[in-house]
Amino acid sequence: MTKIEAIIQPSRFEAVKEALIDAGVVGMTVTDVRGHGRQKGHTEVYRGREYSIDLNPKIKVEIIVADKLVEPAVAAILKAARTGKIGDGKIFLTRVDDAIRIRNEERGENAL
Amino acid sequence: MRTKLLAAVFILGVALAAACPLKAQSASSSASSSASSSASSSASAAAAPSPVEDRLTRLEQKTAEAQSAGDNAWMLTCSALVLMMTGPGLALFYGGLVRQKNVLATMMHSFALMALVTVVWAFVGYSLCFHSGNPFVGGFGYSFLNGVGSAPDPDYAATIPQQTFMIYQLMFAIITPALISGAIAERVRFSAVAVFMILWSLLVYAPMAHMVWGKGGLLNASLGGRFPTLDFAGGTVVHITSGVSALVCALYIKRRVGYPQRPMKPHSVVLSVIGACLLWVGWFGFNAGSALAANGLATSAFVATHLAAAAAALGWAGAEWMRNGKPSVLGAISGAVAGLVAITPASGFVKPMPALAIGLVAGVFCYMMVALVKMKLGYDDSLDAFGVHGAGGTIGAVLTGVFATRAVNPIFKDSAGRELPVGLMDGNAGQMANQLIGIAIAWALAIVGSLVILKIVDTLIGFRVSEEQETAGLDLTQHGEEGYNLET
Repeated sequence: MTKIEAIIQPSRFEAVKEALIDAGVVGMTVTDVRGHGRQKGHTEVYRGREYSIDLNPKIKVEIIVADKLVEPAVAAILKAARTGKIGDGKIFLTRVDDAIRIRNEERGENAL
Repeated sequence: MRTKLLAAVFILGVALAAACPLKAQSASSSASSSASSSASSSASAAAAPSPVEDRLTRLEQKTAEAQSAGDNAWMLTCSALVLMMTGPGLALFYGGLVRQKNVLATMMHSFALMALVTVVWAFVGYSLCFHSGNPFVGGFGYSFLNGVGSAPDPDYAATIPQQTFMIYQLMFAIITPALISGAIAERVRFSAVAVFMILWSLLVYAPMAHMVWGKGGLLNASLGGRFPTLDFAGGTVVHITSGVSALVCALYIKRRVGYPQRPMKPHSVVLSVIGACLLWVGWFGFNAGSALAANGLATSAFVATHLAAAAAALGWAGAEWMRNGKPSVLGAISGAVAGLVAITPASGFVKPMPALAIGLVAGVFCYMMVALVKMKLGYDDSLDAFGVHGAGGTIGAVLTGVFATRAVNPIFKDSAGRELPVGLMDGNAGQMANQLIGIAIAWALAIVGSLVILKIVDTLIGFRVSEEQETAGLDLTQHGEEGYNLET
């Protein structure tokens, strides 16, 4: 099992969600986050005062998938999230030891 | 201990307020009954009137009643409109501009004054403004609204009950101190603000309103003032006094923690847009209502007000567009308010095109005050009460002297009743001196009065909250609430 964390542009979220569902992913957890990588922030001006906003709004999608689904899911995210500009985000993969469904204590890939 | 004392004073005040209307009401009803009895006795005094004369008398009476009904309906509507400027207009406008943790405290600064100033006004405020006293302040003759009933006071407004005039003027007295709260937002103790505002409305607002609008006031243009200053709806009385006091307060209580290094973005420009639109609408009551009748002058002021607001919105947003490459929404609404401020003293004296010019100038001028001058000088006028109201009010009072014309409002007449020129372009260059005297007195009174009151309140209560409280936010520390509990 692998945890896929994708930090993406908010504007690409709907497309990424659909692509993941099409790829066979059944569950996901989504969070509004703010952060920055190499992308520079933007400036906002209120009554002549400039504010440089260096943390940009992003969306973090977390999914845990069975091993055979890792590459299809990553491919789906890459395809749907890419605009080609700086700020498209990143994907992180982490090994997951176990998963437990709280309702009936199923374990492992069956719990996903 | 101190809080208990304050609460006790408040309860005592409310009890007094509850007890007094009895006296005031009996006085007003006797005044109105004596007025009606004198009217009927004068009608019967003509011995055995002919049927035609009798009918004529009745007709005149009915005509007067009809005009009074129209004027009174309009003035009560205007009173409500002006109250709407403070709540929710100003409360939303200012509330949106602060950070989320201070939204309630900022709105409370406006809302609390709707209650506090009302009580003060009924006790002595109205009397100090509008009873004939000396050239500088009114007397105590109308204390507890004694003698303020349904009979008109012809010196102020001959066709509406004096009580209507009183409640209309109250709404001005409410919004004026509320404007100051923009300069001190996000860092002050609520109790200190409450006491400051009460003292300010008695020591700064009342004398200024009396000087400009009260019988025998030093600056009164229509009731024989020594230096007749043109101020139709409160450019000096409302906007210069509040704006300059705002600057004094901002300098006295100093900057917010972290200003200007840390970002302090408005938490919801959306609220501010709604507030500004309500201010714009309410301003028709403020300016057109200052005609004190539903007449042509009211229409003229209404039109001037609207045109100035529009031009100023374009002026501010346009200046910003040229300088930053984008016209901001906050800029457009701030510009509209600046234009409304500047046209306030002029609204009942100028034609539509000068009104547009005043608005445009005010929009650009206030933008420069807020975006350039404030940055240079480094004071923290949190919500630009001085940059908009002090600067806009001053430029408006000057331009009133330039553009005022007898074609709109023949306020000056010679002994034979001929209309005399009013403003500079009308042929009365001397009016500029009177305008400058009025402006200077408003500035001086605001500076000295505010400093004295600040010192008193700061010594007795302490104006600023502690740094921890400021960081945690005033909503939580001053009121024990939060503005947005969306997920509970």
